[in-house]
Parts: sequence; C-alpha cells; structure tokens
Amino acid sequence: MEAAGRAERPMPPVTQVGMTSLALIVAGGIYLAAHLPQSVPLAPAIVLLALSALLLAANLISLTRVDDFAWWRFFQVGRWALLAYAITAGLIEYAFLRNGLSGGPLIVVTLSLVVYALHVPMLIAFTVARYAEGREDGGA
Amino acid sequence: MATTVEPPAPGGPAAAPPPGAIAIPDFEIVPRLGLIPVAIVFAGLVVAIAVNELWPLQFFHVAFGAAWTIIDLFLGFVLGPILGRLAVPARIEMTTRLMPKMVLIMPTVVTATLAGGWQLGHLLGTVDSGYYHHGWIVASYIVVGCMAVIALGLLEPANIAVLFELKKPQPNPAIIERLMKRFIYTAGILGALQIATLVIMTKIASG
Repeated sequence: MEAAGRAERPMPPVTQVGMTSLALIVAGGIYLAAHLPQSVPLAPAIVLLALSALLLAANLISLTRVDDFAWWRFFQVGRWALLAYAITAGLIEYAFLRNGLSGGPLIVVTLSLVVYALHVPMLIAFTVARYAEGREDGGA
Repeated sequence: MATTVEPPAPGGPAAAPPPGAIAIPDFEIVPRLGLIPVAIVFAGLVVAIAVNELWPLQFFHVAFGAAWTIIDLFLGFVLGPILGRLAVPARIEMTTRLMPKMVLIMPTVVTATLAGGWQLGHLLGTVDSGYYHHGWIVASYIVVGCMAVIALGLLEPANIAVLFELKKPQPNPAIIERLMKRFIYTAGILGALQIATLVIMTKIASG
C-alpha cells in the first residue's frame, strides 16, 4: 500500500473505544478510592470493570476484521509495551497490597490493572501498526 | 542509519530521495541507556513503599510530581507551540532528540508520583474518607484520572508512532504531521489540567 494510502485508510474507532474503556476503569478506581477505608458496595465498580473489559474485547475483535492490518508490527510493539505497562501495573498493585487491601476491592483493583496493562499497549501497538505495511517485507 | 523525508508535496513516493529531501538523524526509539535510571527509580520506589517512612515517600511524591507538572506545563504551553511553528527539518531534529527521552521519562515520573503519593496518603491519613479535605482529594483523583486517560490513550501512542514513522526508509510527512499535531494538542490539554492539580495540591498542603 502506498504511503499516502496508509495515512487515509479507514480504521475502526480503536482509540476512542480504548479511551472509553480506560475512563471506565479509572471511574471505578476513583469510586473505590473515594470510600476508603469504609466498606463500599462493589457492584458499581464491577459493572464499570465489566464494561471496560467488554470494550477491550470489542476493540480486539474489530481489529481482526481490518484487511491487511500490520499484525507483525502490532505484536512487535505490543509485546514490549505490554512488558513496560505490566511493570507499572505491578508497582501500583504493590502499593495497594502494602496497605493491606484485600477481598473484593483487591480483586476489582487487580482486574482493573490487568485491563489497563492490556489496553494501553494495545492502543500504542495499534497507533504504530495502522501506519505500517501489511507485511513485514513491505508487501500489501 | 539515517533516513530521509520529503517535504509535503503532491505525487507518489519517489524511488530515491530527491535533492531537497530532509535527512533524519539516527536515533533509538527507546534509549537503552535510559533504562538504567528508570530501573534505579523503580527500585527506589519499591524500597520507599516498603519502609513506609515520611521522607522517602514525600520525596517520591513531591519531586516526581513537581517534575510531572513542570514537564506537562512546559511541553503544553512553551515547547509544544514552538515545535508546531518550527521548519520541518528543525522539527524533525527536535522530535528525534526529544521524543525518545519522553518515552522513558513520562511513564516513570507518573508511576513514581502516583504510587509514592498513594502510600504517602495512607501514612498521613489523607486518603481516608474521614479526612477534612476529602472533597479536594477526590477532585485530585478525577483530575489525575482525566490526565491518565488522555496521556495513555492519545499522547503516548502518538509519541511512539511518530518515532516509528521517522524510522522508516521513506517516512510519510502527512502521518508525521498528524501525529505531531495530536501530541502537541494533548500536551496543551494536559498542561491545562496540571494547573488544576497545582490548585488542588497547594490547597491540601495549606491545610
């Protein structure tokens, strides 16, 4: 595909959906953090987390339907970004564990960090791969 | 190996760079040497959280938080507008020197600020819902949350994607222009949100 074509070809709204997904887990995190140390109904945070995870899945599915997507570049960038964001998620998780967070809130926070550590690398890898050639050798 | 980019012009890509093509200096997308200070900062952060004492936690939260605020304000309101007005060769030169460093600096600064701040809040009791400035604390969560979504969803991917584009044998000026615009605009929005952070944090620190 020509360079000009790469800039203009239509793509699913991966960035917008990804940002919505991140906003949902951030909202869930704020909801939980705002009530500490009191116990708080987990249902709103679980709903926000579930919606966020659904958007992550929807984003992946929408990408699989893109013709000639540069998956080689997506995985090349994504695996390193995943490593980096897994480390930052681990540090944040460590801060929560150090303060004795446990039970339901710990599970919700941990799963939220998993969505964060998957979705951010995915957004980075998508933004790079959308402008890359479909094949590593430059062919379409 | 240095690559070249043509200034925006009609027509398809040429087989060889024309005489007017702009040379792109060689650069590393992630500077490997920079990973050493990042590892040192993260190791120090783990130790600070483990020992749970005021000074190291205060250091991580205040020093790295100040760096985060200043970098965002400087990028958003000083460097970003200048970058947008530079000639294409100067912009490419600046981008290839600045952006790889930002790939390492920003996630490190943000993680140290937030993890150190959360632990500090526990130590001081400021994250408890009974704290008398609890409303301001929640406001800070919301501002940081907005900044995180914009930075992680828009700014960081644009930062890395522009570096990958500049690494290509024939970079596309339209793609670089689009990604740089995204970077500069989001840096401006983050700068504006950092003003809100300054208001909230100085209010909390003033009691």
